[in-house]
Amino acid sequence: MNFSEVIQQLVNGISLGSLYGLVAIGYTMVYGVLRLINFAHGDIMMVGTYMAFFGVSAFLLPWWASFIFAMVLAALLGVVIDKVAYKPLRSASRISSLITAIGVSFLLENLFLVLFGGVPKAFPIPKLFAGSLNIGGVILPFVSIFAPVLGIVFLLILLQLLHHTKYGMAMRALSLDIETTRIMGVNVDAVISLVFAIGSALAAAGGILWSLKYPSINPLMGILPGLKAFAAAVLGGIGDVTGAAIGGFIIGVSEILIVAIFPELAGYKDAFAFLLLILVLLFKPTGIMGKDLGGRF
Amino acid sequence: MLKVSNLNVYYGVIHALKGISFNVPEGKIITLIGSNGAGKSSTLKAIAGLVNTKGSIKFLGGEIAGSKAHLVSKKGIAKVPEGRKVFANLTVLENLRMGGFNRDRNTLEKGYNEVFNIFPVLKERAKQLAGTLSGGEQQMLALGRAMMSEPALLMLDEPSLGLAPKIVSEVFDIIKELNRKGMTILLVEQNAAQALKISDYGYVLENGKITLEDKASNLIVNEQVRKSYLGEM
Repeated sequence: MNFSEVIQQLVNGISLGSLYGLVAIGYTMVYGVLRLINFAHGDIMMVGTYMAFFGVSAFLLPWWASFIFAMVLAALLGVVIDKVAYKPLRSASRISSLITAIGVSFLLENLFLVLFGGVPKAFPIPKLFAGSLNIGGVILPFVSIFAPVLGIVFLLILLQLLHHTKYGMAMRALSLDIETTRIMGVNVDAVISLVFAIGSALAAAGGILWSLKYPSINPLMGILPGLKAFAAAVLGGIGDVTGAAIGGFIIGVSEILIVAIFPELAGYKDAFAFLLLILVLLFKPTGIMGKDLGGRF
Repeated sequence: MLKVSNLNVYYGVIHALKGISFNVPEGKIITLIGSNGAGKSSTLKAIAGLVNTKGSIKFLGGEIAGSKAHLVSKKGIAKVPEGRKVFANLTVLENLRMGGFNRDRNTLEKGYNEVFNIFPVLKERAKQLAGTLSGGEQQMLALGRAMMSEPALLMLDEPSLGLAPKIVSEVFDIIKELNRKGMTILLVEQNAAQALKISDYGYVLENGKITLEDKASNLIVNEQVRKSYLGEM
């Protein structure tokens, strides 16, 4: 590989990684406050993408309005899933919630299969994202520039929220001790809803960017990116939002580089994230940013 | 100020509080003493809205039984939980901010200063993570955090637990001082001797029932209390 090829692959990897990162943030935030792996998270990403698709093709909204519309609906969906499926199990054993999350995941996948069929639909790509820049032989598709920038902007906004607002502080307190947070006068249920809303909106953003890159959507599209984002969240240190973003970048970049360096391994591309996950669990279960303080974020 | 009547708490099949009634008049220190598992902590949790209850809890004339915990807090009841439970992953200042979560932003600074006046060590450590404080400092932070909500009633669950004897008397001095400034206090303690010394009135809890109540000064000399709770033969 010559220099421009390396740069090219890095660009591809970073843009893929930012998508994993966006989805991973939702996993990690929900885990942080509820110690729940929300296995329906990848499917919320899928639903968000479908909403963006319908926004543009059925409701004829401009692309940006349809993306915001999709993020808002995904946020609502996240909140509703929590209220209907997880909240009644708040004091039950953790395994009950986990199994429920898998059930919600199947429900969303199959509901969308029934409603919209399994035939992939072509995601409409706005003109703004269709082009690319050519800088010294390195081709930069606009999406590949836009995705990491948007990912980092969302991460910075989120960190600002967590560390410099009252509700962000409540989220950090909640991640350590729900009962004590309650007696401080915090409406804990509202804060948990906020966490689901933020995580789900970011998943929708990730799904939309994903579809701008790979513009074919189907009801099972959330499974693999969802699982890889979960691997990214664990790699970064589950519960830590910066860690989730870093984990996403690492998995995205290494996935692309492995295939670029060893083209014969291309068929194993999807297994690589999980190999990393296994290695992290074996050698550093707290992940890159994870601290074993008990608290998260 | 607080009037509890026929309060029951169930944990599944376990009947933890079997219809207790007691009063906390304004400006007083009231103590619940009793052994481990007698129902002291359950009583405070019930008032704070953390467990399901049957019976009546009247606070400042209004019924609060069945209210959610954050609403009870807004009505003016603060609780220092057993084992302090400071937010170890937040700074000292953020812990105080959590205590004043629903307080008017403009009076926060005043609140911090009041807490720092009583506990100067917290000012020195304001930027430190609460998890790095010593046990005694964490107890002071837990007290300061509770004060931040400007409560009408302060409930303390085992404030002496796990503290060195010297710190314990400091903590009790501070409780007494808060009361002298007008704070109404409901105290739960296994360290009955210390607690009764600073209290106005006391209740003895056994197996979820109140078996004895009297002025604190009478309870200290009561034969049964001396035998069971003050460790005298």
